[in-house]
Amino acid sequence: MSIADAAAVDTQAAAPSTHAKPREMLRIKDLHAFYGESHILHGVNFDVKQGELVTLLGRNGAGRSTTLKAIMNMVGRRTGSIVINGQETLAMKPHHIPRLGIGYCPEERGIFSSLDVHENLLLPPTVSSGGMSLDDIYAMFPNLYERRKSQGTRLSGGEQQMLAMARILRTGARLLLLDEITEGLAPVIVQKLGEVLVLLKAQGMTIVLVEQNFRFAAPLADRHFVMDHGQIVEEISAAQLPARREHLNTMLGV
Amino acid sequence: MTMIFGVPMAVFMGQLTLGLVNGAFYALLSLGLAVIFGLLKIVNFAHGAQYMLGAFAALLGFRYLGINYWLALILVPLVIGGLGMLVERFLLRRIAHLDHLYGLLLTFGLALIFEGTLVNFFGVSGARYATPEILQGGLNLGFMFLPTYRAWVLVAALTMCLFTWFMIERTRLGAYLRAGTENSQLMQAFGVNVPLLITLTYGFGVGLAAFAGVLAAPLYPVSPTMGSSLLIVVFAVVVIGGMGSILGAILTGLGMGIIEGLTKVYYPEAANTVIFLVMILVLMLRPAGLFGKEA
Repeated sequence: MSIADAAAVDTQAAAPSTHAKPREMLRIKDLHAFYGESHILHGVNFDVKQGELVTLLGRNGAGRSTTLKAIMNMVGRRTGSIVINGQETLAMKPHHIPRLGIGYCPEERGIFSSLDVHENLLLPPTVSSGGMSLDDIYAMFPNLYERRKSQGTRLSGGEQQMLAMARILRTGARLLLLDEITEGLAPVIVQKLGEVLVLLKAQGMTIVLVEQNFRFAAPLADRHFVMDHGQIVEEISAAQLPARREHLNTMLGV
Repeated sequence: MTMIFGVPMAVFMGQLTLGLVNGAFYALLSLGLAVIFGLLKIVNFAHGAQYMLGAFAALLGFRYLGINYWLALILVPLVIGGLGMLVERFLLRRIAHLDHLYGLLLTFGLALIFEGTLVNFFGVSGARYATPEILQGGLNLGFMFLPTYRAWVLVAALTMCLFTWFMIERTRLGAYLRAGTENSQLMQAFGVNVPLLITLTYGFGVGLAAFAGVLAAPLYPVSPTMGSSLLIVVFAVVVIGGMGSILGAILTGLGMGIIEGLTKVYYPEAANTVIFLVMILVLMLRPAGLFGKEA
């Protein structure tokens, strides 16, 4: 089955005839996070519905990346509540959380230099069935196929980003946490990533996108959450966006 | 008689073999140290003691339980490796969040405890472990006499080194280990049980040391202090090779054994120090080690 077929089947399955209200994939309530003594998140609240693509916008240091890390239990200490697919995860061990069907793509991409491209791609264990096959992934990212024997970190920045995305698509994750995937990449690659996200969304993936590049995120997202000082300060739906654009630009300082 | 640089061929080859055998032990031990250091970031000062425990387990297993050499070669690494896993799970894990120097101190203390306990019961003089019958004697190769057991040690140690290399470089578990060595937090975020991986890795490294210990039992006197003197040299080997590469650890181990052996032929006075001289040279010219990655 090709990627396009998979997308078609999934959109049919997700058609609103059976149930009108989409299920909640992620709900975060009063989340505080600490690195040692420093208090980074000060009561974050937001929710993401199944199949939604939301962004976390904000200036550097607003707590967007920390929010993703806190979801993965990669920060020092957390309080509050993080419910994923109906399950409270605050007390879960870090390696159990991805098995709920989460794929995490870190800001620094985390490509392993001691592994070749193919090994990097196969590294993350499968977390649930229904992930993309290796063939589908290589069809989606032909560059990776050509360079599959290369050392992971020998790839260009864009290729490394493709690899970091591709390897979590293989695992069957249905909730993707993507941290600054367009940072420092050429426009043609950013465009390719945008196409990939549209495709993933069509397949019914739920996506939380931390993004600096607002022009990239704006046409893709259903809702935007603006963060400042470790809190969500504003929620803007796609429909509200045109009217709020000016205001948002000032807030983000772009 | 054929001479090589003024030395009879047989003497030269004899020392070369001896050097290779010592090198095989260096390779096995530095390999374990490098694997452990890679993932745990701990310099395992108990490595020599764990090698010694391997030899002792073979000796006592034979004496009291009638476990023969071949069985010991399989059982002892598993038992001592299992003991290592307990050490990791209940001691090292508790201090994993502290400065890695504490791990060094803890393993050093463990080494003293293991050695002291055995000295208390068996003294320091050392016991003999009989070479298995089939490996006694030697082969006359014409240009030299090759003791069968030394040849076997070489084969067994190199096979184990290659097996380890294969496990780490060519299998999925090995990919986890390599990736975990680079960024264990991200591995957790992929759903890999890193604490378990750490326990298994430590156990594997210790098992390698115990395997070397069983191999060494028929060659050297089995004594509680047999590991501590060897470990100092192995540390030098690790510094020379660098922590970065599995193949590097193997090649450096063998290479240093050969250099040491040949120094015995041409300038015996320096045989015990030559490895440390090489270490100083390497530290001056390539501080990350011959195969290490420059930080």
